[in-house]
Amino acid sequence: MLKTLDITAVRNDFPILNEVVNGKPLVYLDNAATTQKPKQVLDALAGYYGHYNANIHRGIHHLAEKATAAFEDSRKAMQQFVNASSSDEIIFTYGTTDSINLVAQTFGRSFLGKGDEIIISTLEHHSNIVPWQMLCEEKGCILKVIPVNEEGELDMAAYQQMLSENTKLVSVVHVSNALGTINPIKQIIDQAHTVGAKVLIDGAQACSHLEIDVQALDCDFYAFSMHKIYGPTGIGALYGKRSLLEAMPPYRGGGEMIKEVTFEKTTYNELPYKFEAGTPNIADAVASKFALDYVNQLGKEHIAAYENELLAYATQAMADIPGLRIVGQAKQKVSVLSFVMDGIHHQDIGVLLDQQGIAIRTGHHCTQPLMQRFGLSGTSRASFAVYNTIEEIDALISGLHKVKRMLG
Amino acid sequence: MTIKEVQDELISDFELFDDWESKYEYIIDMGKQLPTMDVQYKTEENIIKGCQSLVWLHAYMKDGRLQFVADSDAIIVRGLVSMLVKVLSDQSPEDIAKADLYFLKEIGLHQHLAQTRSNGLASMVKQMRAYAYAFQAVE
Repeated sequence: MLKTLDITAVRNDFPILNEVVNGKPLVYLDNAATTQKPKQVLDALAGYYGHYNANIHRGIHHLAEKATAAFEDSRKAMQQFVNASSSDEIIFTYGTTDSINLVAQTFGRSFLGKGDEIIISTLEHHSNIVPWQMLCEEKGCILKVIPVNEEGELDMAAYQQMLSENTKLVSVVHVSNALGTINPIKQIIDQAHTVGAKVLIDGAQACSHLEIDVQALDCDFYAFSMHKIYGPTGIGALYGKRSLLEAMPPYRGGGEMIKEVTFEKTTYNELPYKFEAGTPNIADAVASKFALDYVNQLGKEHIAAYENELLAYATQAMADIPGLRIVGQAKQKVSVLSFVMDGIHHQDIGVLLDQQGIAIRTGHHCTQPLMQRFGLSGTSRASFAVYNTIEEIDALISGLHKVKRMLG
Repeated sequence: MTIKEVQDELISDFELFDDWESKYEYIIDMGKQLPTMDVQYKTEENIIKGCQSLVWLHAYMKDGRLQFVADSDAIIVRGLVSMLVKVLSDQSPEDIAKADLYFLKEIGLHQHLAQTRSNGLASMVKQMRAYAYAFQAVE
């Protein structure tokens, strides 16, 4: 039996939810773009700068030691969050995009060559398309794309067909940001491994909703961003298997990533530091632990159960709006609802909801090829987090009725 | 009418509305009333791409005054486009180039101009001025 979360108490942890927008109480339904931050995270940021700001790993004074310990505690928290076997396998990056680029620039440039194949999917965010196109252009690799069906699910038979001894890397999204589809990544990983390909999972949209266990998944890389898990912007991580990270060369040179520097020859630091040149984003890294603690304290299974209730309620309510069509009806979904309305441009929906204090996302969601697949220039997307309520979904539905009346 | 006079007239039109709904209904109405642009002008060169919606802008000279024809695929942007055309069309290139556009701010719609990436309106204003400069140079 699941415990019931006290959503009123949860909401009280998020000061921004008290904002008034265009004279109405804010209804924030753009959580797939970024989640709001609880006061535990805000306090951690202020606490770091107010009490122990110092550069890490170098100084021997009290503040430097305290900052270094907090920074490394966050690495351990991320390790536990995705169940990596060692914190050395957690590289701090500025987010998912940065993590994917790191793999493209180091693993890709070192181990991929002419004629090698990289498989991605139609569901990918531009950040999991463009780095591979750049690599293909440079190295002569070939990009292959797994198609999706009308529901927004991957065509796994087509994927199976694509795999061959030429496949060197499969890079797919765990959860689609535009449609909410949860991909069968365990199956994708296992099948890729049968042909010896490595697998990178873009976990940006998954981490706030699903349990992540990189060891059970046996993925080679897993990328995520803290700002989508109630944490700060500008900080995220790349998980990589130790053997791969050891084999990959560093790609940013500077301080911190070196062991010894002479003008003749520089030797590089050990994992994870060899990929972390320069002073890192210490404050946001430190505050990340507080975001993960917050999620752990609520419990991911409770968060997911509650969000699924919101999704089911909203899906049902939207079905009653004439002319509204939900895009992406996968059987396995997180709390993301993408939709279009007959004869109404998504931007007009966004503008008129904003006037009512309701924040959703409209447009192509940085997934232009996916939109083209469905013959759309964009959709409207409402995405729910643990602090959203049934009342807010009611506000969205009545807001949409108003949009329809005004534009009909 | 001068550019200033057209702007002042629009501002006084909007003073009649005391809530957002009637204001936006008026903009939507203007969007609906804007004549659809002739397809021959809906060319790739005339597109101003916003991140979410498209604007088409065509310009030509008539009796020494610059004429604008414009369109958009989103209705609210279309209404805003129709206002910009009303304000800047059929004016001399000199006046358009140096025009102070204050009406959107006065009406409280300035955020739509600021959303540079999403709707292309700011680029449209820039493009209208660019036409004015170009036609000034030709003369």
